[in-house]
Amino acid sequence: MPEMIGFLKPKQAVLDRRQEIVADLKDLLPKGCLISEERELKPFETDAFLAYRRLPLAVALPETTEQVSAVLKYCSRYGVPVVPRGAGTSLSGGAIPQEDAVVIGLSKMSRILDIDLFNRTATVQAGVTNLNISEAVSADGFFYAPDPSSQLACTIGGNIGMNSGGAHCLKYGVTTNNLLGVKMVLFDGTVIELGGKALDAAGYDLLGLVCGSEGQLGIVTEATVRLIAKPEGARPVLFGFASSEAAGACVADVIGAGIIPVAIEFMDKPAIEICEAFAHAGYPLDVEALLIVEVEGSEAEMDAMLQRIIEVARRHGVTTIRECQSALEAALIWKGRKSAFGATGRIADYICMDGTVPLSQLSHVLRKTGEIVAGYGLRVANVFHAGDGNMHPLILYNINDPEDAARAEAAGNDILKLCVDAGGCLTGEHGVGIEKRDLMLHQYSRADLSQQMAARAAFDPEWILNPSKVFPLEGRPAA
Amino acid sequence: MIVHFEPASEEGIASVVRSAAAERVTLAIVGGGTRSGLGNPVRTDRTLSTRRLSGIVSYNPAEMTMSALAGTPLAEVEAALRAKGQMLSFEPMDHRPIFATSGEPTIGGVFAANVSGPRRYVAGAARDSLLGVRFVNGAGEMIKAGGRVMKNVTGLDLVKLMAGSYGTLGILTEVTFKVLPIPPAAATVVVSGLNDAEAAAAMAETMAQPVEASGAAHLPESVRGRFLDGALPDGAATVLRLEGLADSVDLRAEKLTAALSRFGPVSRLDADATRLLWAEIRDVKPYADGTRRPLWRVSVAPSAGHQLVAALRLQTGVDAFYDWQGGLVWLRMEADAEAELVRRYVGALGGGHASLVRAADNVRTAVPAFEPQAPALAQLTELIRARFDPARIFNPGRMAASG
Repeated sequence: MPEMIGFLKPKQAVLDRRQEIVADLKDLLPKGCLISEERELKPFETDAFLAYRRLPLAVALPETTEQVSAVLKYCSRYGVPVVPRGAGTSLSGGAIPQEDAVVIGLSKMSRILDIDLFNRTATVQAGVTNLNISEAVSADGFFYAPDPSSQLACTIGGNIGMNSGGAHCLKYGVTTNNLLGVKMVLFDGTVIELGGKALDAAGYDLLGLVCGSEGQLGIVTEATVRLIAKPEGARPVLFGFASSEAAGACVADVIGAGIIPVAIEFMDKPAIEICEAFAHAGYPLDVEALLIVEVEGSEAEMDAMLQRIIEVARRHGVTTIRECQSALEAALIWKGRKSAFGATGRIADYICMDGTVPLSQLSHVLRKTGEIVAGYGLRVANVFHAGDGNMHPLILYNINDPEDAARAEAAGNDILKLCVDAGGCLTGEHGVGIEKRDLMLHQYSRADLSQQMAARAAFDPEWILNPSKVFPLEGRPAA
Repeated sequence: MIVHFEPASEEGIASVVRSAAAERVTLAIVGGGTRSGLGNPVRTDRTLSTRRLSGIVSYNPAEMTMSALAGTPLAEVEAALRAKGQMLSFEPMDHRPIFATSGEPTIGGVFAANVSGPRRYVAGAARDSLLGVRFVNGAGEMIKAGGRVMKNVTGLDLVKLMAGSYGTLGILTEVTFKVLPIPPAAATVVVSGLNDAEAAAAMAETMAQPVEASGAAHLPESVRGRFLDGALPDGAATVLRLEGLADSVDLRAEKLTAALSRFGPVSRLDADATRLLWAEIRDVKPYADGTRRPLWRVSVAPSAGHQLVAALRLQTGVDAFYDWQGGLVWLRMEADAEAELVRRYVGALGGGHASLVRAADNVRTAVPAFEPQAPALAQLTELIRARFDPARIFNPGRMAASG
């Protein structure tokens, strides 16, 4: 397909020194920790934003913070771009490399270093998967709250890079609200620590700045996160509606009534059909829109909160209410929701948008999204975190048809602009990456972006780290 | 305090800043001035107040967000929220009692100092509620960061950086923040007579249960009588706050009572007493003593708090209480600030940081208010400062001695 999104032009001087760079990096790393054969580089050429791919110069897979430091020190000295990578599940192209870049993959740093239940913290290496943290403390009655749909694969390092969210963030917050400290390596190899087991750190909130910085401020090698006691019970309940608008309005009224469940997830008819065919979760197929509302606590507490939600839902003409009868049913309901993207991928190629809008705009934006996509002659499925207004329209297209692909990208851009114009933002949890980079000026002024780039430059004056991402390629300060 | 500039608009502030930057005139940035004791003492050529930049810009209760100009009195914000059954979930501390200051705190000041309270663990600090800001940087440019939606990862999170930067990176002109419904019911479970170490153990044990305590504190016998006019039961009080729907609060209070009974006698406070007690904990009532005896705000892991206090007691005169869910230990020294001792022990007990919140003028001049940073971090801090306020005209020295 024709590429609409550009990358920085590879530095010829770096490409010319390829052999030498590979040899030098091999010296800095243990045996088997540097990949440079084209065949072996292939798996690293893209992430979950599949439409774009670039073969990197080499891939380093360090085993320690010291090795990460050595590689960064070398790369910054010779002006070699570095692209950090966790599990490569980014939906915005955050981990896609470039021809002159060394990928630093954290997959070998996957040890849990410390679990401190007295202080309710876990300290882990950056390559530990999100789900591994919760699994490690589950028997003791704790969990790690942010739960991106890719939690089986995605790493905590990647979560910090993108400030990842998930379905249960409505109550517990996203990564930045659950992160207590990091060890990270700066562009020149300097190792710093931010925060720790205390709830806040001295000085500027650098931890807050680093979280969600898409690997542009440094490479996180260890993280300390807070653990939360698991609720006594949790129950997802399905609410079916005759229209998307009614479901959207119901969400706004539930929140407006001061009721904050753990999660409110939205699926429209195409999404319900796709997910049901895949997971057999028992979703009703005779409704136009479905809400999965999860409440938690003791049986009595869940009943009380559900009663209040049902009252609101009735006012919006809810047509189906289905409470699950067993833990197995509950697991199936979440399996269906969390495999939505994968299930969609079985029937078509798709690009997934991630704009967030104020709740009062939900119905309006849903309707306009449908019109925009139809206007390009494409189909859309909506499956998203409704409680916090974080929309995920999946635009279905055929990746092998260049015109189709171009139309899908154009429709996506229109939808994101719609979100910003409705008072929202381009991305709620997936990150800017390359995908939304060129739309940044729709949300921010030149001065706003310059201030962000100035903060970035305090960390990485030479733009070594993940340089093709986040900020539009034109209008950057001269390095 | 002599106020030299009181612009009534963001553009007015930007214009003052542009001339100040051109002439290298330093500016003290103030809102209500009730917290100007926080951080190192600042000497500047001029003072700029955001007082006239006041008013709620938008408030949509159904979306749980509010935008307000930075100089809006906190009282006005809280009254508007209360009228709709909502609140600032992070319970900003009122610093007037400990500083004996007067005046009206502003919403801009709350976020500039990241002022937070005992709901810290469950609802986050001020920075966790802050969704978007507008500010004027040191070049006099008007900058927007963040937005007004709950989830936003579009670009670098300058919002977090501005929260708690004490006016050294820019002058906040407008803040947009998340609000939450006021819980319909609240109660406090009190366990009496535990020593500091036993209390920490009891707290850790209960926090491993699904009880969702929105506050947890330990008030040793030395301070217990200063709370609720002495109405807490005899002996040190370990207090746990529960909030939510009435039935749920009752259920959880029973569960907690059962779990804690083996530690000591358990009693319960009603909603009114709960509200008052936690406001007093938030505002550090025992040390609002009309003195300027050194007061430390120490942020450490819960397990380190009582060890720190025990170690200090062997060396010096110190009184303390613990606001665990706010992540804090409050230390009031009898005489000397003992900065070196306090910070050495904090470091030795697993790290964290100690801020000198109050002390006599000569002590404040000599002791850095904020924990000195490791060299690499201090350098990074300097680089960031230079990227926001290159002429170093905003509150020079408030956070770091070097400016």
